[in-house]
Amino acid sequence: MTPLLIENGRLVDPSQSIDRVARVLVTGGLIAAINPDDGDLPPNVRRIDARGRIVAPGLIDLGTELREPGREEDETIETGGNAALAGGFTTILCAANTYPPIDSPGAVEFVRQKAQRARTCRIHVIACLSRGREGVDMAELGLLAEAGAVGFSDAPRPTSNSALLKKALEYCHMLDLPIYDLPLVPELTGSGVMHEGRVSTILGLQGLPTEAEDLAVTRDLRLAEATGGRLHIGPISTLQGVELIKRAKQRGISISASVWPQTLSSMTDKELESFDARFKVRPPLRNERHIEVCREALIDGTIDCISTGHTPRAREKKVNDLDLAPFGMVSLETTLASINTDMIRSGLLSWPDAITRLSTRPAEIAGVPGGSLKPGSPADIVIIDPDVAWTVRGDEFQSRSNSTPWEGKELFGQATHAIVGGEVRFERHA
Amino acid sequence: MSKTLLEPPSGWNRRHLLGLQDLSVDELRTLLDTAQQLKEATNNCREKLSLLAGKTCANLFFENSTRTRNSFSLAAKRLGADTVEFSSSGSSVAKGETFIDTAKTIEAMGVDWVVTRHQTPGTPHLLARELSCSVLNAGDGPHEHPTQGLLDILTIRQHRGNIDGLTVALVGDIAHSRTARSNIWGLKKLGAHVILCGPSTLVSHRWRELDVEVAYSLDEILPRCDVLNLLRIQFERQTTRPFPSVHEYANLYAMNADRMRRSKSDILIMAPGPINRGVEITPEVADGPHSVILEQVTNGIAVRMAALWLLANAPHNSSSSEPIVH
Repeated sequence: MTPLLIENGRLVDPSQSIDRVARVLVTGGLIAAINPDDGDLPPNVRRIDARGRIVAPGLIDLGTELREPGREEDETIETGGNAALAGGFTTILCAANTYPPIDSPGAVEFVRQKAQRARTCRIHVIACLSRGREGVDMAELGLLAEAGAVGFSDAPRPTSNSALLKKALEYCHMLDLPIYDLPLVPELTGSGVMHEGRVSTILGLQGLPTEAEDLAVTRDLRLAEATGGRLHIGPISTLQGVELIKRAKQRGISISASVWPQTLSSMTDKELESFDARFKVRPPLRNERHIEVCREALIDGTIDCISTGHTPRAREKKVNDLDLAPFGMVSLETTLASINTDMIRSGLLSWPDAITRLSTRPAEIAGVPGGSLKPGSPADIVIIDPDVAWTVRGDEFQSRSNSTPWEGKELFGQATHAIVGGEVRFERHA
Repeated sequence: MSKTLLEPPSGWNRRHLLGLQDLSVDELRTLLDTAQQLKEATNNCREKLSLLAGKTCANLFFENSTRTRNSFSLAAKRLGADTVEFSSSGSSVAKGETFIDTAKTIEAMGVDWVVTRHQTPGTPHLLARELSCSVLNAGDGPHEHPTQGLLDILTIRQHRGNIDGLTVALVGDIAHSRTARSNIWGLKKLGAHVILCGPSTLVSHRWRELDVEVAYSLDEILPRCDVLNLLRIQFERQTTRPFPSVHEYANLYAMNADRMRRSKSDILIMAPGPINRGVEITPEVADGPHSVILEQVTNGIAVRMAALWLLANAPHNSSSSEPIVH
């Protein structure tokens, strides 16, 4: 493997409190040195000039739907992995909502092998929490862990069965793996398609009330407290949900939480006035009050990290009336840019804080390698051009699906390189 | 015998009629004036004109309808146009085709307007983006039913001469009513005071943000009302029962003889239909002297003739639709 020297870039690595122009030497798939002496450079080193760009640990996504096996019309392990790389993600955790669902060691192995062959980003598996994702009996969590699963979840189905969640949190103590729960009380969401509020009232569209999330967060926090289990709650999208998590953390309950990019964006529920299914996403686009509180919670650390919420759905499924079109959006390739556009360029979030929430914290929560460029760490690196302006065109994505609420919008910032284990797996050519 | 009497009205630039929310006051008046003119020219909508001869109107109804479909059909025929009828049962939609593809197929047969009804809000807006011909919304879920709103307003105007200053109460299932939403936009633009009345599970407090009055007691507001528009309880759209029983609802909200005695002497009683006798209205009120329910039906044809005619004469590059809400 050719050694790499990334030079002249702004190195942002929160794990080492580094934010300065520095050189990074990569050899043998690992970070060899920061600011090495010229005399220490290998003779055949490939130099990457990152002038004007940010060099950071590769981004890590805690929740990507890859849809293979069974729904390859939406996404495959390979296309999803390529989309991740194009978006600056060097590691993703794939959701278990495939067909059949990932509830057996064989299914975990299938994804791991396909991922290995695809040679895109690192792909870890979040396996089912319950058998068949039916929300009744625990899946064979121990065997799934042995097969390589790094966590458990039935998402995007919420764990409605409180007894199941409690038992699984207790059981996972011995496995030391996290459970990811989507906070939602389905009885309250019904057939809702958008944020319940003034706009849904006017449009006559069924609403998704914030209480559906708030009540589930309340329950999840209580069960996490009672069991001491590793629980990750997300995505959070309501101001009450944020308040609950803030208070729980102040009381010392050990939980983590994530937010999806649309909840931090300047898009509100008013986008649904177009009746365009691209804006049918879950959590739904809410109003300014919720957006503001979620942004503040991300800034002050109440919300630990940003996940992409990549939920690809094939075009033929999305081009339909709002009741029939499924929830979903592709977002691996827009998350970095949307956070940059909505949070960093507006001065709300610094680059080190953004990298913390997109890489360092996700690595800690998931317990997977990455999130740091300390010498000896795997050389998973993203190089970002923070200033490039581009217009979102879903048809140009690596992802097999293309429905995005950012379609046609101008965003700033893009990954120019994604390096996995010292190998340049993605390079954007101007 | 068909005849041509009228010149197309000027000042209309829209190619689609998707709702009343985005119409200007002038556009509303143009629609109402044109409907009035056509009603008179066709002898109360009984005679034919040949204003739209050679054109074709497709009725694409993805949801059951009798009166609205027939009304649009008659309106087109009274203006000399041909009609194509489509309903989703037994159609390609039942075989899995999307409604957009169905609409495109019908359009490809050479139609000038698509009149559409669908159970999901926003479907006419989607069609307006996908089709080249004019789209008329004949009801999209609980969102809007513009021609129903217009015919209600036209009926009030015929009896009162003006909308400005009137107090109009919409009573019943506001949450699921497209008629209510179109009425609210149209009536408010023309200067009426609008009261929404019904059980709190069907009349959200959020409506107050639209500068309408929300009331939960029909008896309290009754003495102030010039018009009562009694909306049907749409059980088919409700996932959970919004009130304990039909008996209780009728006791609290049905317009009956006793309530008529406590109303203004010239109160107008309206209902978009179909009416549930004994639920929102008792037979003596529905058939009584204050009821204009059947006039609404006649005005429906006039309004739909006006809409078809205006859209047919809109400039070809005119806007499809303005933003729905601001």
